[in-house]
Amino acid sequence: MIGDSQRLLLRATGLTKTFSGDGVVLPAVRGVDLRVPQGEFVAITGPSGSGKSTLLHMLGGLERPTSGEIWLDGQRVDGLSQARWAVLRRRHIGFVFQFFNLVSNMTVADNVELAALMGGATRRQAQARRQELLAELDLAAKADAAPTRLSGGEQQRVALARAMANKPSLLLADEPTGNLDSASSSAVLRLLANAHASGQAILLVTHDSRVASAADRVISLFDGTVVDDVPMSVVHTPMPLPDVLRLRG
Amino acid sequence: MHGYVTMKIRCCWPARQQASTGGRGYAMRMPLLALLAKEPAHGYELKSQLEQIFGEAYPTPNIGQIYVTLQRLERDGLVQSQDVVQATRPNKRVYELTGAGREALLSWIDRTSEGPRVRDDFFMKLVLSQMSGTSDRLGLINRQRRHYLGQMRSLTDLAAVTSSQIPRLLIEGAILHLQADLDWLQRCQEELV
Repeated sequence: MIGDSQRLLLRATGLTKTFSGDGVVLPAVRGVDLRVPQGEFVAITGPSGSGKSTLLHMLGGLERPTSGEIWLDGQRVDGLSQARWAVLRRRHIGFVFQFFNLVSNMTVADNVELAALMGGATRRQAQARRQELLAELDLAAKADAAPTRLSGGEQQRVALARAMANKPSLLLADEPTGNLDSASSSAVLRLLANAHASGQAILLVTHDSRVASAADRVISLFDGTVVDDVPMSVVHTPMPLPDVLRLRG
Repeated sequence: MHGYVTMKIRCCWPARQQASTGGRGYAMRMPLLALLAKEPAHGYELKSQLEQIFGEAYPTPNIGQIYVTLQRLERDGLVQSQDVVQATRPNKRVYELTGAGREALLSWIDRTSEGPRVRDDFFMKLVLSQMSGTSDRLGLINRQRRHYLGQMRSLTDLAAVTSSQIPRLLIEGAILHLQADLDWLQRCQEELV
């Protein structure tokens, strides 16, 4: 459970987003409150159209809320300009998109290093960080390849490496294992677990319940509102491994 | 804890279709026949072979269940046994497959297996709870989802420490079934809440 003493990294109150056009008004997010302490791993699940991605995009500054407030590390950010948001994303927030958005005419290595450089790393630091991340994601052999030469699973992992290049205090990810095979999903899951263990906060949207069950907290979204918010420590009583194994017969 | 074991059993031996042929031991019959098709063996050997193949992913029956099942198989003419005299230890009873046993095994292997479950306990509750007048479908779904997520965590933890192939595949199967259950829960929520 999260104690009050833990610092809040992200706080959203009364967040709404309504899309309108052609006389049709579509409320996508309808009053979401959210608190994410430093270092917490939160998964958001829900059917398509429940507002998951819209919520994530608002929290990453890609979509402006219709109403409500977003506070990041004590600073109110919902009204920031696109340019200020870009700076925030470069330095404090890693964002993994559902469709990678890699720079296609740069190598895999350069894609990752660029993100580190833009986050303020020296060339040497950026290189070291890139090597570390690609090795962790079993991509070291692909460092000099063009992203388009890679499989979907590999591209997704590069996108993740890029988002983590500047060690953001908050990682936002939209379906990071969407369309990945089981082995690639496991690699992504491993990297998320390592990032989480090193104190990074993670907020991700996922259909993959294997990913969701790895989180500290699972939030269920339905019709733009939170219908359940549950700490995994409540639903899963961790048993020492020998006990799990002894359950047989 | 109990639910955890039940969940694992669900995706494996055919435990249902033979309720008429006799009790809890039935799920053990085909695995034992299959092991005996390779070579004659006694009860403890069969137990340790099962453990070796399925590892931590499957609850191995205790030795008592194995002996009871062997006796029933013998009664039905599918195996036969004889006592083997051992110099320094008590006699052991060695079982071997009969022709009828081999036939039963082959016909089990050739038969297609049961498809997905169509009658789900939770689904029955979800539909019938309306009758009680105290129905809170969203609450029911949320509770069930929490439960599944907890099981999912147990299984992924188990998968992370399981390296041998057969147990790993068995756990992966259970994870996929559970994922489907969670997806279905979401569909129920979309349609019924």
